Amino acid sequence: MRALQLMLIVVTTAALMGCPKKPQTLPDSSSTPTDSGANTSGTSGSDISSSALSAEQREIEQLRQLGMVILFDYDRADIRPEYVNVVAAHAKFLNGNANRKVRLEGHSDERGSREYNIGLGERRAQAVRRALMLQGVTEAQITTVSYGEERPAVQGSDEAAYSKNRRVELGYGR
Amino acid sequence: MMNQVHICRLWRTAAAAVLLLTASLAQAQLVIEITRGQENAVPIAVVPFGWEGTGAPPFDVAQIVAADLQRSGRFAPLDRKDMIDRPTSGEQIRFQDWRYLKSDFIAVGKVLPEGGDRFGVQFELHNVLTGQRLAGQKLSASNSSMRAVSHRIADLIFEQLTGIRGAFSTRIAFINVEGAPPQQRYKLIVSDYDGENQQVIANSMEPLMSPAWSPDGQSLAYVSFETRAAAIYVQTLRTGERRRVSARAGINGAPSWSPDGSTLAITLSRKDGDIDIYTLNLGTQVLTRMTFDPGIDTEPTWSLDGRKLYFNSDRAGSPQIYQIDVAEPKTPARVSFEGSYNARPRLSPDGKQLAVVYLDKGAYKIAAIDLASKAVQVLTNGRQDESPSFAPNGATLIYATQDRGRGVLATVSTDGRVTQRLAANVGDVREPVWGPFPAK
Repeated sequence: MRALQLMLIVVTTAALMGCPKKPQTLPDSSSTPTDSGANTSGTSGSDISSSALSAEQREIEQLRQLGMVILFDYDRADIRPEYVNVVAAHAKFLNGNANRKVRLEGHSDERGSREYNIGLGERRAQAVRRALMLQGVTEAQITTVSYGEERPAVQGSDEAAYSKNRRVELGYGR
Repeated sequence: MMNQVHICRLWRTAAAAVLLLTASLAQAQLVIEITRGQENAVPIAVVPFGWEGTGAPPFDVAQIVAADLQRSGRFAPLDRKDMIDRPTSGEQIRFQDWRYLKSDFIAVGKVLPEGGDRFGVQFELHNVLTGQRLAGQKLSASNSSMRAVSHRIADLIFEQLTGIRGAFSTRIAFINVEGAPPQQRYKLIVSDYDGENQQVIANSMEPLMSPAWSPDGQSLAYVSFETRAAAIYVQTLRTGERRRVSARAGINGAPSWSPDGSTLAITLSRKDGDIDIYTLNLGTQVLTRMTFDPGIDTEPTWSLDGRKLYFNSDRAGSPQIYQIDVAEPKTPARVSFEGSYNARPRLSPDGKQLAVVYLDKGAYKIAAIDLASKAVQVLTNGRQDESPSFAPNGATLIYATQDRGRGVLATVSTDGRVTQRLAANVGDVREPVWGPFPAK
């Protein structure tokens, strides 16, 4: 996610330097095509402005605003109702951009044995993969990897940290 | 070769020898602290060895021997400052003195120069109460093997007095992690069982996991995410030669060597995401599926005869241990029945017990399941204990635990009575695996 953010900043800066005459303002994130009730990644509006951003990149930025992380319950891999819209938005994007690939990284909290947690992370990534495929995304567009408990989003040994670490991160690399 | 040399403070005097012995030293050092000792440990005097040459003695053999015996939990070595005499051979021992100091046994010895870098190391073990000579041997050593010879002497004393083969000449492998995500450095490290002589086997900014010793102790299998996907590698320790043996879609994890060293049991999820156990013949590359359940099947480990696999499966709703027939992998039989979480089984060297990660009143602990009676004995008292691995003599388990938010290693005697902690000075240490006995 951070890499994507950086990439967008670099792209944006380059684009602004390339054509300084006609900066345009992108639509505010509230006008994203999906309901934003499931936003989990903060509510700050997008101020990325550049005519050089492709439609695809704008869409990815909108997805980023909506959420690139899906959280799960303890020892569970079913997608909670509040993330249904997030998954649907990503599916819609992938359906409209058949050449784009999404990387699904499954994670668990730190409790219990490490290889079993690799299994839990994989199961979560697979749940998101299935949901995307049910909505028309092709197998070739999706790669999954499970890091188990190896890559926590938040350090700490309490439920506050655990609940943020049981997750699937969606990533659009090149 | 790394320039930075860190030596456990217990054996600072041994720095020169360690430097000679080690190809590359890791930054992590392990400091051992006995956290729970055995009350009836046998008192023994390990007298500083004599030096028949000129100048300073080349090595403190007795210090290593005493530390080994103490770490086993079964012996309480006499403090050096309480020794009123320094005999170096049997005929110099005044047994009356040592009876007065309440030592049951006494080990004495000396190091003899044999020209250049060659030394003879002579030791004797006596029963203080009877004066009987129980063991004695002369071993040859060089500067670089002095530490190993000291462990060997501890092995001989331990076996003589307990009837159990000593495991002081063995090695461990573990993972060391420094930094916080996403900037973490992972190292796969091999060291002597006491944390000395650390060598970095693999080094990556992406996770390294699940090291497993080949039965001959020559190679390690492990999981690396260095390509941003999981793959299993087999690396020969002596040469550093490395082979990627499985990089299929999805999980490539939990490698475990068959007793004959020909085959790895591994966990794959492949394209369909179904997490199951397979065997992979390293010679023929033949992959054979062992489990077919839609649940998570993982963490396989072999029976002593190589005919069965024990593994963890949540097919019944929570992680539990099952066993399956390798030749005919049909219906697995359930092995664990107590508790809602039994994971990562490892078989004891006598084949009678499985060590597991066991959820006990909200805390993850190490427990032993007796395979005959199915009785469960909880051995540790941490909150996040994991990765149990038996010493090859079955007397001790090493495992990973947490100490004030840091990953540390600990050992516990298989009766649960003696625990010790090995903490790294840098970062977390985790996933310890105890190597086999060295070839005799």
